[in-house]
Amino acid sequence: MIALHGITKRFGTHSVFEDIDLTLEQGEIIVVIGPSGTGKSTLLRCINYLETPDAGRLTVGDLSLDVTRASRREILALRRRTAFVFQNYALFANKSALDNICEGMIVVDGLSKAEAHVRGREILERIGLADKANAYPASLSGGQQQRVGIGRAMAAKADVILFDEPTSALDPEWVDEVLSLMKQLALERQTMIVVSHEMQFAREVADRVVFMDEGRIIEQGPPDELFTNPRDERTQRFLRKVLANNPVV
Amino acid sequence: MHVLDLDYMLGLLPILLGYLPLTLEMAGAGMLAALVLASLLAVVRVQRTPGLNALAMLFISFFRGTPLLVQLFLFYYGLPQILTFLVAINGITATILGLTLHFSAYMAESIRAAIVGVDRSQTEAALSIGMTQGQLMRRIILPQATRVATPTLMNYFIDMIKSTSLAFTLGVTELMGATQKEAASSFLYFEAFLLAAIIYWIVVEILSWLQRRLEKRLNRAYQR
Repeated sequence: MIALHGITKRFGTHSVFEDIDLTLEQGEIIVVIGPSGTGKSTLLRCINYLETPDAGRLTVGDLSLDVTRASRREILALRRRTAFVFQNYALFANKSALDNICEGMIVVDGLSKAEAHVRGREILERIGLADKANAYPASLSGGQQQRVGIGRAMAAKADVILFDEPTSALDPEWVDEVLSLMKQLALERQTMIVVSHEMQFAREVADRVVFMDEGRIIEQGPPDELFTNPRDERTQRFLRKVLANNPVV
Repeated sequence: MHVLDLDYMLGLLPILLGYLPLTLEMAGAGMLAALVLASLLAVVRVQRTPGLNALAMLFISFFRGTPLLVQLFLFYYGLPQILTFLVAINGITATILGLTLHFSAYMAESIRAAIVGVDRSQTEAALSIGMTQGQLMRRIILPQATRVATPTLMNYFIDMIKSTSLAFTLGVTELMGATQKEAASSFLYFEAFLLAAIIYWIVVEILSWLQRRLEKRLNRAYQR
């Protein structure tokens, strides 16, 4: 189970969000939508401690910590239970596709190089890049790089994978291959929180869609309900705007 | 005006080449020590380690801000007057020490720039999978920073080889010192120093060639 209780983040005196509560069951897929600059990505980064939350409690599996007095050890433990997929892929430029995937298994989980490579090749197979094991990030397309980024997150065997707008830096031609890999993970019931502007993906794949605006969770529910019958006026306005150009079927 | 005495130069060549190993040893030892010291300084500067950062800045400021020759004289002639255990320091050790401290100050700044230049998102990616700061540095940042810093560091190495000639002022008979002695007895100053210059030049050219090969190798992972 993943649980956020009263998570608060401020930059200086500016409050990004206050008192956010969110709970996921094992195997649940949540897509967070909302206007730009409403704190969606920051919230996701707080779960992985890439941003330090100012107040609240984070629970991932059997680890629960008060963010105001989390020790370095607890932060590492939290990061080992969560994995992150970045908007700009953030692959290690000095490592091949296979080594990008294996790095965490070797350094963090303490697997031998041989064991890690066996698992790494399985993952490359699953992300459809078995033939690119020795290719370096610079020689891969955006879509391939992001699939390696997802492979690196899969290798972490985390309780939850956090996706931060995984397709928004991609050329349109590469979006589908990344989304279909994410769908495949969803079918395997990989627990995930996805911040995305891909409404069609949210509609098809999410168990629950969360709408955030101005640092607050305005409403959440199954995609069928939220997309067809949004209760809050802000949700209605946002959906009208984004769906006008790209209708969701 | 006399014509260039080629026979003299040919005879001098093996004598001078005999001193080349000492020149290269001093530069090699100085470079290795400077690399270690500069990397430590750079990491302290990047991570702004409290206390140490201020010391590192002072160190860099002093050794970049004063001439190498002054530093060598300070270590060899000056310090032993205050720190008496240094009386036993020989010219070679003093030269290596001086080259190390002097060049590490410059190299620390290029390594720091190279570290800062590694895309910040890779740091986040490493942290996000649970790597520690040390693992991040060793496995992700420093290998990439090395590639960026290599051309500059090789230039410092070349500079260091040439700077070993200052050891002659501390009474060390290395390539420059030997040339000076030979020239003083033959009075053929032009031939002797021209030969010394050519030897330094060829050594530096060989290194430049190695540098180009090394850079090509390091860049392999980044070719599209």
